[in-house]
Amino acid sequence: MAIRSEFSTPQSLKRRLRNFKESLIGLSLFLCALSSVLITFGVIYTLISEALPFFKDVSLKNFILDREWTPLFENPQYGILTLMSGTFLTTAIALTIAIPLGTVAAVFLSEYCSHRAREIFKPLLELLAAVPTVVYGYFALLFITPLLQKIIPSLESFNALSAGLVMGIMIIPYISSLSEDAMRAVPLHLREGSLAMGASKLQTSFNVIVPAAFSGIASAYVLGISRALGETMVVAIAAGLQPRLSLNPLESTQTLTAYIVQVSMGDLPQGSIGYRTIYVAGLVLLILTLTFNLIGQNIRARMENKYK
Amino acid sequence: MVKKAEVVNLNFSYTDKRILNGVSLPIYENRITALIGPSGCGKTTLLRCFNRMHDLYGAIQYDGKINLFPDELNILSDEIDPIEVRMKIGMVFQKPNPFPKSIYENIAYGLRVRGVKKKSFIDEKIEDSLKKASLWNEVSDRLNSSATSLSGGQQQRLCIARALATEPDILLLDEPTSALDPISTAHIEELVTELKKSVTIVMVTHNLHQAARTADYTSFMYLGEMIEFGESSQIFTNPKEQKTENYITGRFG
Repeated sequence: MAIRSEFSTPQSLKRRLRNFKESLIGLSLFLCALSSVLITFGVIYTLISEALPFFKDVSLKNFILDREWTPLFENPQYGILTLMSGTFLTTAIALTIAIPLGTVAAVFLSEYCSHRAREIFKPLLELLAAVPTVVYGYFALLFITPLLQKIIPSLESFNALSAGLVMGIMIIPYISSLSEDAMRAVPLHLREGSLAMGASKLQTSFNVIVPAAFSGIASAYVLGISRALGETMVVAIAAGLQPRLSLNPLESTQTLTAYIVQVSMGDLPQGSIGYRTIYVAGLVLLILTLTFNLIGQNIRARMENKYK
Repeated sequence: MVKKAEVVNLNFSYTDKRILNGVSLPIYENRITALIGPSGCGKTTLLRCFNRMHDLYGAIQYDGKINLFPDELNILSDEIDPIEVRMKIGMVFQKPNPFPKSIYENIAYGLRVRGVKKKSFIDEKIEDSLKKASLWNEVSDRLNSSATSLSGGQQQRLCIARALATEPDILLLDEPTSALDPISTAHIEELVTELKKSVTIVMVTHNLHQAARTADYTSFMYLGEMIEFGESSQIFTNPKEQKTENYITGRFG
């Protein structure tokens, strides 16, 4: 049997049906893509519309300059820096752990590990990301804190240090996994080029492979930062619920996220100023995450221009 | 004619598969030796024995010698550290592979790996090797811009400069022009001919005209064996072996 194909006219039913089908599929794909954009805008709209009335009662100056965050007290104060300091502190501790360990783990997996060992190590490392965060929270509170108290007796039972450390452990696989992918994507001829110059594996890894993969590694860091900023359960359980404008890791502290959890579990009347603070904290958190994402994108774009 | 190195009855296997079979040839000082032969004949494998690149991948076995003169030291011996071999024998690859660093840092790389810290010395070496690679005039005013911004031909000359900066005993070229356009190729050939004044060169090439034009000696390989070695003029005009003649006249390969 011979296969024959013939030209159709623009008016033919077959062709019109096919064009219709194509445009229908195109439209439905567009709608799927649109939905995520719409949801993002919906979230932003809700946050802003609920947060704006807050600023009728509280001036922006007080919001930024007040040194305490006590919205539910008799004499409420709304210094957002108090909560931000908690968020920054725990995030900084987490990254101090996660960035070096995650990067080194990635170098090991990508450059030193045999294929078979990687098949074992990588899933095990990624398992760290599969542990529920509430488990990490209690791990920090009931295991890490008592352990640290043996070394640092002045450590409070709720503290930023152990929450930050555990959060760091939690983030390692995000950083190591993405960084490893980026390093393994570095072409073999760069690796061989360096080794042929008489460089050792270590020199090759840190002087050639890491710089060549840096745009991917930077994305991994940005993801890690976003995870740390937005992490809720660990800090709510282990860091305490005491807003404090301080960068002392040994004291308890409250992050933006932990505050949202604490307040939204109570029964605040809708529309009250206390209720609005939830949205305000959420908005600040969103702005922080967005800022870091933009900075990360910027770094990545500059790196790509430099090295491509 | 002074020998810089000699390959003596070399067998090489990868995962128990014999790739080189009893290869022997001399490498003369300040001369260009070309390795030619059809794909899969083992010419690149032989080239990568000279700087022990195979050691990176395991499951390999060298049997035989590559002696480096004047000490007549067998660089394939287990007692020799492959990293130290690579410190003495430079290599330029098929595809230009500058590091994602500045032009300056690319050439400084080999010196830094060898522990050189003195900036004035590095600066001097960079200018010197860029001049040798005839790239200095094109890049002297932008040593700090990225090496990857150069054209393909410039990148390959940068890779040559990078290898020259460390004053290698032997320079290995693995089809150095196969990824380049004809003009860049001509430029590199001219450069290589100039370079033999200061360094001994072993070059793998697919391009027979290139071997005839640039190499002093040529060895024809086939199925892992050295079929014929001789002066290029003799190999290309009056080969002794039938296989060599068949290959250079285009009857196969």
